[in-house]
Amino acid sequence: MMFAAGTAAIVVAMLLALVRAFLGPSLYDRVLAVNSFGTKTVLMIAVLGFLAGRPDFLDIALLYALINFIGIIAVLKFFRYGDLGRAGPKAAEEEIK
Amino acid sequence: MIQAALNIVGWVGLVGGGAFVIVGALGLVRLPDVYSRMHAAGITDTMGAWLMLVGMMAQSPDWLTAVKLFLIIVLIFFTSPTSTYALANAAYGGGVKPVGRDEEGASSNS
Repeated sequence: MMFAAGTAAIVVAMLLALVRAFLGPSLYDRVLAVNSFGTKTVLMIAVLGFLAGRPDFLDIALLYALINFIGIIAVLKFFRYGDLGRAGPKAAEEEIK
Repeated sequence: MIQAALNIVGWVGLVGGGAFVIVGALGLVRLPDVYSRMHAAGITDTMGAWLMLVGMMAQSPDWLTAVKLFLIIVLIFFTSPTSTYALANAAYGGGVKPVGRDEEGASSNS
């Protein structure tokens, strides 16, 4: 029963995160909303794993948290340096000059 | 006796965690600019996630599930600040200025 309460809270929070994702004036609001949505998905998978009596969902939640982080960093790098091909900030500085 | 205590911890963790997650999401929607919204998203990532995961750890049937939940806590503990820092760095580099006390309203001008 408590898991149902947790799930309901997470669903409401996800909708609010989506509202910010749609409203977000700048790109970074949207990236922030998607990042927050991803963390909530991790919690949702964990709670649903308990709700369905399947503790092996937690591996999926763990993996999702990893991929969410990497996705956010990739998006940010893409918008910061124009493309993902660059090795890092040093390489970017030479190319910008 | 132990089971009652675990149930209480489970209830408090999940409901309290859910409350913090909603508070974080509300802050994400209502706060004026990107940087303050990052603080709100941080509330969800830290307090909300930890309380819910600790509540689930109390309810977990065996040790393996509890260890997995602890690993998720550790993972969120490390990745959340890093991604928020990267976002703030990219936002500031992208020209988004934080809202000063004098100007009002949405300030994300990029």
